[in-house]
Amino acid sequence: MNGRPARHQTGLLACHCCDALLTEIDTEPGQRLICPRCETVLTTSRSHSISGVLVSAICMAVLMVAAMLLPFISLSAGGLERNAAILDAARAVGGAAWPLALAVGAMIAMIPMARALALIYVLTPLSIGRAPAPGARAAFRLAIELRPWSMVEIFLIGVVVALVKVAGLASVALGAAFWLFVALALIAFYEDAALCRRTIWRMLA
Amino acid sequence: MRTRDPHIEGPTALSSGLIGCEICGRAVSVGAETCTRCGGRLPRSGRRSTDAVWAWLFAGMIFYIPANLYPMLIASQFGSEQASTIVGGAIDLIDHGSYAIAVIVLVASVVIPITKFAAIIWLCLLVRGRGEASSHRALQLYEVVEFIGRWSMIDVFVVAILAALVQMGFLASLQPGAAAPFFALSVAFTMMAARAFDPRLIWDRLGGH
Repeated sequence: MNGRPARHQTGLLACHCCDALLTEIDTEPGQRLICPRCETVLTTSRSHSISGVLVSAICMAVLMVAAMLLPFISLSAGGLERNAAILDAARAVGGAAWPLALAVGAMIAMIPMARALALIYVLTPLSIGRAPAPGARAAFRLAIELRPWSMVEIFLIGVVVALVKVAGLASVALGAAFWLFVALALIAFYEDAALCRRTIWRMLA
Repeated sequence: MRTRDPHIEGPTALSSGLIGCEICGRAVSVGAETCTRCGGRLPRSGRRSTDAVWAWLFAGMIFYIPANLYPMLIASQFGSEQASTIVGGAIDLIDHGSYAIAVIVLVASVVIPITKFAAIIWLCLLVRGRGEASSHRALQLYEVVEFIGRWSMIDVFVVAILAALVQMGFLASLQPGAAAPFFALSVAFTMMAARAFDPRLIWDRLGGH
């Protein structure tokens, strides 16, 4: 592809866990390529995986916007009931705690959103059989590198712990946005399982 | 120093004069600075050094000390302040009978970080030739460490949520203590340490054929 004569490493794959040198082969739908040395799964190519990941990324982007705006929590204390959305919380946390609020906002909203947009940008042309978009490789690398810092599922456990802590002080009800976050966490789990990096890298090559 | 493992025969990329790109898997000639397929950076020697792992790990361990000594949450009521540390907050939960939640907090904030420090130190010593272990086992440990580290952030989220509830007037005064940023950074640094570790070093002990 790069105009030079085929070099000896063309089509060779190194296991990222144990460095075993393997020949890069196309897996049939439903097949998995497993490293013979360390047993790490290298490819989980499934014919529907690209469209599946694309759909889940689109869902994430849409649900994330809704999850920011809809009420996340409602508390009633002393006869007063109030709703709060995540964006209200972000606006409210000022003063000395702003770096903490910014970090939390990044981990539960900005990074998941950036990943979803990057995946949509990369996978849309691939899923309709077009050539990769300009900068698709950098965008895909970004989506992979950001994955550990997207912490929607961990945030949900934090919400539960926080609610138990305030249970004696106020009566708390969860709003629609909380359940959207539950859906976002489940979609993220599905995406992790369906996303086969190697298959997509081969298409981006 | 070589541990016997089943099915380890076969060439490795490094023994064939190639570097495997960790992001996309392409095997590229040694000496290339970036991957010819995905453009990812490649370490000059073919492996990422453990120096970066040690640096992130020490930063994480040092920050973990103030994270446990300073208060995580400060509650002020009727003019008196009550500060609770990470462990103190979990003990409060036990006092209120919320045992399951207390266990979640203790596991996420104490058991996971400390086990993770020990596991990363052990892995770094192992690849330097100290101690023996099956490469399969060591790789499994590395994968568990990399997967589980993020879950320590739970307490940071708890404090941020409580602070937000107070700011919005839902709760009486409650504010994040000095420990919160230290703890958040400690978790982030140990996540960086786990990511800086190159799992191929585990298998390099066996040599390539």
